[in-house]
Order: sequence, then C-alpha cells, then structure tokens
Amino acid sequence: MIIRILGEGQYRVPDSALGELNALDAEVQAAVDTGDRAAFHARLGDLLAAVRARGTGVPDAELTASGLVLPGADSDLADVAALLGDEGLIPG
Amino acid sequence: MSISRRLADLFRIKANKALDRAEDPREVLDYSYERQLEMLTKVRRGVADVATSRKRLDLQLAQLQQAADKLGEQAAQAVDVGRDDLAREALTRRAAVTAQMDEITAQRDALSGEEAKLTTAATRLQARVEAFRTRKETIKATYTAAEAQTRVGEAVSGISEEMGDVGLAVQRAEDRTAQMQARAGAIDELLTSGALQDATATTAGRDDLQAALDAARGDQGVDRELAALKAARPAPAVGGRPEPRAVGGRPSDEEARR
Repeated sequence: MIIRILGEGQYRVPDSALGELNALDAEVQAAVDTGDRAAFHARLGDLLAAVRARGTGVPDAELTASGLVLPGADSDLADVAALLGDEGLIPG
Repeated sequence: MSISRRLADLFRIKANKALDRAEDPREVLDYSYERQLEMLTKVRRGVADVATSRKRLDLQLAQLQQAADKLGEQAAQAVDVGRDDLAREALTRRAAVTAQMDEITAQRDALSGEEAKLTTAATRLQARVEAFRTRKETIKATYTAAEAQTRVGEAVSGISEEMGDVGLAVQRAEDRTAQMQARAGAIDELLTSGALQDATATTAGRDDLQAALDAARGDQGVDRELAALKAARPAPAVGGRPEPRAVGGRPSDEEARR
C-alpha cells in the first residue's frame, strides 16, 4: 500500500506491516476522538515513524495515488480538523 | 473511518471531480498539466518568498547584535565614570534586545525548515510533472476509449495528490511568512524609533543613553581640566613671575571659556 505523509512524500509499505500500522492508526484516531492534543502528537509521531521504518520512498518519477494520507509530524488537532472540515482547503 | 483514510478520500474526490467534468478524458490531461505548471511556479515563488523573509530576519539579527554589543560597551563606559544608574539602564536594554534575538532566532530556524521542505517539494513536483507529461503523451498516442478513463484517472489522481500536498506546504509557508512579516515590521519600527537602540542608524544621531553618558564623561572631563588649570596656575602672591603663556596657557584659556 502507498502511504503519503503530508509535506514529506509517499512510502510504499508492504502488506505485512499493515496490521501494525492499522493498530497505530487506531490510536491516533482515538486521540482525535477524545481531543487529546498531547496524545495525538505522540501517537501520530509513532505512526509516522513506523511508516518511515517499514516503507520505502516512492521514486519521484512515479505517479500513484495513496491509499492513506497522514498529516505531517508538526500538525496539531486544529490543522487536521481544518483539513477534514472543508475539502476545499486542499489546493491543487 | 480513520482520518488517514478520510484524507486520502478527500484527495481522490478532488482529482475525480476534474475527470467527471470532462467529456473526453484526454482534456483532463491537458487541463491538469496546465495546473501542474501553475503549481510549479507557485511553489518556486514560495521558496523565493520564504528565503527573502529568512534573509530579513538574518539582517535584523545582525542589527540587534550590534545594538547589544553597543549597549554592553555603554554599560562598561558608564561604570568607568561611576554612573551605575546608566550602566543598569544599558544592561536592562541589552537584556530586552537579547530576548528579541532569541525569539527571532527561533523564527528564523522555523523559516529555514519551511524553506528546506518547500525546496524538496519543488524538486519532487518537478520530477512528477515531467513523468506526467511523458505519460500524457503516451496515453494520447495509444488512446482507446475503453481504457482511457482508467489510465487518465490513475495519472491524474497521482499528480493531483502531489499537487494538493505541495499546495498545502506553500499555503503553510505563506502563513508563516505573513506572521513573520508582521513581527519583523514591528521590530523594524522598534529599531528605527531607538527604543531598542539601533546602533547602526547613522541619521538618528546619538541616543539618549549615549547623550547621558557623554554628558557624564563631559562633566568629568571639565573637572579634570579645571583641576589641571588650577595646578598650572602660579601660587598667588609669591612674586612677579610672568605666566608661561606659550606652553599651554592659551588652549587652557579657550577651554575654560567654552
């Protein structure tokens, strides 16, 4: 699966890693649901680190849409809410 | 659904909208390509803007450093002439200048980070736009209606997501730059008003602290000259010895008159 980290690029992650990533993704989601900013930052950091560790960078010349798109490491809850709240916010 | 899936969907929806609008999917290829070139221009301008702002902060840091150095010298001079009050004032101002420098340094580092990210993003987008152009020509050359929709869709959603990502980075950098500009403007005003004491200002003349210091040193200088004058005077009523005019009597007279 291809996963994009916003502001960083795309990673191709083997299916074998998806279980682990899904578990981490669920923890990020839990932090979003409870509005826990500190937990969100920490869990997002864990998830991004796992994607970088398990995945390999997609070459620049390759054009593929991503299955998952993750906020960048320095995003906070407000950034994510803004991204999701209004699809018009994503330019391009 | 998790935010990562929702985000991916948002990017996909965005790409599909363009596809759905077009009667011939090949139109989308040209349209998308134009948008890509626009985005490339935008991201390059973004890199240039951030660099300009970063340089402005570098300049301000240099000016503030000069001001801090001068205040340090002034404090030392004040101590030399026994004016602890002026020394205290100079050190207080220097502390304020140093605090400003810390904040600006943090901002400058943040902008440098944005600059690096945008530069990388521009390089990546450039490569992908090039790949898109190649694929666009291939699809057009071997076009069959049956497979066009899929192949155009793949190419467009791939590049569209990249553009969305880069667009967000540009927006972010623009926001940061705007915040920084407002702050930098305020600091420029402080510097020119002399409140932070702009040591580099050549037109503003001397600042109030320097004036007080000069006055204190001037008083001391006058005291010293007065003492020298008194010492040079012949003791009164000891005899008719003429005054030694040539050796320094005249300049002393002039100084005493000033």
